[in-house]
Amino acid sequence: MNRYTPLRWKRVSLLVDKKAVAALGAFLLLVAGVAILSLGSGDMSIPPAEVVKALFGAGEGMHELVVRSFRLPRILLALLAGMALAASGAVLQGIIRNPLASPDLMGITGGASLAVVTFLTVFSDRANALTVSIQWLPLAAFLGAFLMGTIVYALAWKGGVTPLRLVLIGIGLTHAVQALTTIMILFGPIYLATQVHIWTTGSVNGANWNQVTTLLPWALLLIAWIWISARHLNIQELGDAIAGGVGSRVQRERLFLLAVSSALAGSAVAFVGGIGFVGLMAPHIGRRIVGSSYGALVPVSALIGGFLVLGADWIGRTAFSPMEVPAGVFTSAIGAPYFIYLLLRTRN
Amino acid sequence: MSVLIKTTRQKAAGIAVGILLVILFAGCSAVYGYTEVGWKTALDALTVFDGSKEHIIVLKNRVPRALIGAAVGMSLAIAGALLQGLTRNPLASPDIFGINAGAGFAIVLSAAFFSVSSIHQFAWVAFLGAACTTVIVYLLGGVGAGGLTPVKLTLAGASMWLLFASLTQGMLALNERALEEVMFWLAGSVEGRKLEVLTSLLPYLAAGWLGALMISGPLNVLLMGEDVAASLGQRILIVKIFAGVVVVLLAGGSVAIAGPVGFVGVVIPHVARSLVGMDHRWVIPYSALLGAILLLLADIGARYIIMPNEVPVGVMTALIGTPFFVYIARRGLNRL
Amino acid sequence: MNGLETKALTLAYGERVVIEGLDHVFPKGKITVLIGANGSGKSTLLRSLARLLKPRDGAVLLDGKAISTMSTKAVARKMAILPQSPECPEGLTVFQLVKQGRYPYQNLLQQWSAEDERAVKKALKTTRLEQFMDRPVDSLSGGQRQRVWIAMVLAQETDTILLDEPTTYLDLAHQIDILDLLYALNRNEGRTIIMVLHDLNLSVRYADNVVVVHDKTVYAHGKPEEVITPELVQKVFGLKCLIMPDPVYGKPLCIPCGKGGRKDHESLRAVDTQ
Repeated sequence: MNRYTPLRWKRVSLLVDKKAVAALGAFLLLVAGVAILSLGSGDMSIPPAEVVKALFGAGEGMHELVVRSFRLPRILLALLAGMALAASGAVLQGIIRNPLASPDLMGITGGASLAVVTFLTVFSDRANALTVSIQWLPLAAFLGAFLMGTIVYALAWKGGVTPLRLVLIGIGLTHAVQALTTIMILFGPIYLATQVHIWTTGSVNGANWNQVTTLLPWALLLIAWIWISARHLNIQELGDAIAGGVGSRVQRERLFLLAVSSALAGSAVAFVGGIGFVGLMAPHIGRRIVGSSYGALVPVSALIGGFLVLGADWIGRTAFSPMEVPAGVFTSAIGAPYFIYLLLRTRN
Repeated sequence: MSVLIKTTRQKAAGIAVGILLVILFAGCSAVYGYTEVGWKTALDALTVFDGSKEHIIVLKNRVPRALIGAAVGMSLAIAGALLQGLTRNPLASPDIFGINAGAGFAIVLSAAFFSVSSIHQFAWVAFLGAACTTVIVYLLGGVGAGGLTPVKLTLAGASMWLLFASLTQGMLALNERALEEVMFWLAGSVEGRKLEVLTSLLPYLAAGWLGALMISGPLNVLLMGEDVAASLGQRILIVKIFAGVVVVLLAGGSVAIAGPVGFVGVVIPHVARSLVGMDHRWVIPYSALLGAILLLLADIGARYIIMPNEVPVGVMTALIGTPFFVYIARRGLNRL
Repeated sequence: MNGLETKALTLAYGERVVIEGLDHVFPKGKITVLIGANGSGKSTLLRSLARLLKPRDGAVLLDGKAISTMSTKAVARKMAILPQSPECPEGLTVFQLVKQGRYPYQNLLQQWSAEDERAVKKALKTTRLEQFMDRPVDSLSGGQRQRVWIAMVLAQETDTILLDEPTTYLDLAHQIDILDLLYALNRNEGRTIIMVLHDLNLSVRYADNVVVVHDKTVYAHGKPEEVITPELVQKVFGLKCLIMPDPVYGKPLCIPCGKGGRKDHESLRAVDTQ
């Protein structure tokens, strides 16, 4: 067992997979690297060393302003959103037991989008200002995501749920939800129409610290929760019969995990819109690197997701200067072919 | 599946009924709406036009709208029927396979970055987008273990739809000017289109309609299975390419006129097949008529649902079509 | 105490009743094999024993208590099930799969106790899989894969093990390998084994006790030598056959009557073999 190290103190015990820890460390460095590079890019180009100094309060005044007030919230938001979407996808793939499951393909992000647009429409006064605190927005997104997730699941239930039926109904309902979203936009304040398209594609543009502090506790808490519940996810992946046989309360766990997945996807969508395919790609890449055990898969996928969104945002900001292409464009551009590649690999 | 209309005589009668219904609903489309125009007034506008406000609304607004709606509904329904027959996949349709989205994306791209503006140019851009998407989806659905299965084709199409939808949104995010013009259209709308739009593209659509009728016979043969069709001497590749071209014309043309209107192509062929069975020489015309009827009704509904505002007709078809879609998806992909 | 038993058990799928009003006791510490024609309900019965199927009526009792009243984890500590054709996620290693058998003993704080480690090590040793510990399960052969699943079930350390067709799709050498493994578990550790096997002769050879499922109930049960007769095989399987003691192991060997081969064996003279 030299890959694994058991850790035991008194009443607590856990097993550490050293290979996974190494991968985790590597990805942390990767993410940090991209973050620093991204923090240094833009109208004012700042060399990496200066960025690090600015982060720790030891840099020049101007650098500190740009890095900490302007760019850092955006970087953090991209990172958190990517992590949340990746974790959401990882959970969905576990409970649905199919590589095609992901929040976008199951209509969960569509439901969250609809909820957000409805929230913004309903709670805006004539001056296009919000009448209730923005802190409620993630809750609305979560409700939308969860409702959509359960509706899709319920409609796909025919004595059980096959992944294909789930994806198909998810796609169909996403079309419908988009239609409803359009109605909402037509109803709503003018600024919505222009904003919403940027937001629907998925963009971290215009991020501020308020958003980061709202998303941060949700995302980290939920991801941590999933991580701790890794063994429940692992057993779900083995199928209902085996899971029931080892004493798992299968349906209850499944519903709960669906809720958590929706909450994660919803919270990401609430702030950055529908960044597509991250929830699909990140867990897959994670599996290729650290395998299918969720104790390793959850954190690694989350970091990969963060890396993807960070990278997409960075490219979007810098490669087409002065235009800013929303991150969602790139994640979709890579993600759709990747999805197809997955189809090719599936042993039918 | 039990067929409702069994004999040839009944089927022909059904076509006549269908045509009458289309005319009836087109008339309703001219009459009903925010400004209620009486039936007599509508008729007068066509015959003894006198420049009054109502007559203008009827002639310049409602009649073109009805004609466009009927044409688009017909075309999309036929395209869906062809795709479902070709791929033996009950969820096949220009929207699910991303063909509409691909055409839409091409149009938005060309409008935003290449200053394309004439309807003819849009049409050709739409054809190009539709054709590329069709080819990509077909290729991708067929590679990998198991060959071309309904499952893989549907999923390939769905991912293309998501991709193009996202890219289109992204494009609009970059170019806000284009956004305002395009937003309503992007949801699929027949409102505010000039008649010239339809008349310019009519040759393409008509070619599509004719082509569909021509290919319906060979499609029946193909439906018996490719091995059977080959042994009966059919040139399968030619049939498929021909049908593909027809789909591109119909879907691309519809998108160029009205934007991506969804669900018509998925749902209508099922209704048609439950009425007249699997013989595509009947399924195609029935789909055409039912498609026109659906779109006309949806368009009328679109005027009333949030009066005094209007929703794009694509929203209505989505709302109507989704329960059908869910029902079909639950039934499984193994049977048409 | 009785181990696993059913009381007035009725199982149904929708309108179709599969088992009706069954009272049966499964002997503790023995190998019991459920046999019956396809669709007779033997798998259904096994699944209901494992609490995977809710009875329409009646109850399944484990050590005197109805399993429907026990928590799933409590049941899982006493009884393990290996269903038919289990699926393993891509890339999961042998160790990662086997350790999941410890689920009923783990909680938030105790995720890998010394007990867990010992049980998994033992399971891997018993199934001779130690050297494959870090290999992905899907890279192993069919026979080895099945051993991995059995190792997982073993790690669960239960008194009773239920298996639904554990040898289907395996070649004969691997079938014998798995059955020998189960046999050793029963003889060396006293575990109760209840399984469904598709091969009548192998069932009879390894079983201490056969349970013949037919016509919505247990048609016959007991020692193979007593239960398996040509009349029973005819009644339950619709097959004419000869039963004679296996020359090597002494268990009843079923020789189906049919075409092909010599027709002049003395035992055939007594039977109408058209």
